[in-house]
Amino acid sequence: MHELGIVVHVIKQIEELAKENKVNKVVELTLEVGEVSGVVKEYFIDAFEWSKKKTEYMKECKLNFVMTKAFSYCEDCKETYPTVEFGKTCPKCGGAHTYLVTGRDFMIKDVKVV
Amino acid sequence: MEQVRTILLHRSVYADNDKEADLLRAYLKDRGVFVVNLMSSPGAGKTTTLTALISKIKDKVRVGVMEADIDSDVDAIRIAERTGVKSIQLHTGGMCHLDAGMTKTGLDEIDISNLDIVFLENVGNLVCPAEFDTGASLDVMILSVPEGDDKPLKYPLVFEKSDLVIINKIDALKYFNFDLEKCISYIKARNKNATIIPVSAKTGEGIDEVAKYFLKKIVDFKEC
Repeated sequence: MHELGIVVHVIKQIEELAKENKVNKVVELTLEVGEVSGVVKEYFIDAFEWSKKKTEYMKECKLNFVMTKAFSYCEDCKETYPTVEFGKTCPKCGGAHTYLVTGRDFMIKDVKVV
Repeated sequence: MEQVRTILLHRSVYADNDKEADLLRAYLKDRGVFVVNLMSSPGAGKTTTLTALISKIKDKVRVGVMEADIDSDVDAIRIAERTGVKSIQLHTGGMCHLDAGMTKTGLDEIDISNLDIVFLENVGNLVCPAEFDTGASLDVMILSVPEGDDKPLKYPLVFEKSDLVIINKIDALKYFNFDLEKCISYIKARNKNATIIPVSAKTGEGIDEVAKYFLKKIVDFKEC
């Protein structure tokens, strides 16, 4: 359900872009998705494959879904560490003065058009 | 063979909605209408809390309510019957959240020209509503005692983005393993600027404080 909402936003933006650039069709779309963005890749792909059939420019669009790694920063150790493995606890000092640096983003990287 | 070319974008998926939300906030600012995005899980007592709160402030400010649900209009009817304020129902048509576009559509329908504050009751869910900016000027979430004191750890984003966290159903504290102090410290760890007010919408405890909070926010909003 959540993934579908995001698919709708992505498709809307790409369709507008295709129209503005007067392309024939969009053949490939690359997304960069942080691993703690809360989006499930399989659901997203399903929702995308279903939704693209209803578009004007994206009916044959191939989707590249690239997961990017999440990193957190420990304010005490001044070091970053992988978030998924250790969560909010710094693996070095065991402290909790940490925050997420990257990994929640959901970026449209590029599109290939003809 | 057609020539394939690449268009580099590198922009956030939420960019579109964020832009729309900022425009909506500016539009509401111009008109002096304070919109509050209210989030919680299903059954936390959004409608009951809202009813209790509105009864306290409706003589001082002009209130409107927009209820978002996947379907049905039970909440809008309940609010209208109990408080007498203007209330409409928005159907998200299966979507799990409201976005800025849907909020704008709702605001056009409710007619904001003679309102000071509009409560937007988002879909009952702690994940998706937190990710989409509705264009509201204030984000509020309601956590209820039966849900457990660990929710700020499990759904951090909604706690991070909320200006006010209302902890509801404190009349039931004695029946649940809910550590209020611990819960407040979890929220503060995620969001040190959050205002936290424990209430019981059922007994009315704490509602005066919530009413005072909103009345002050409306004055600040209209002045600055």
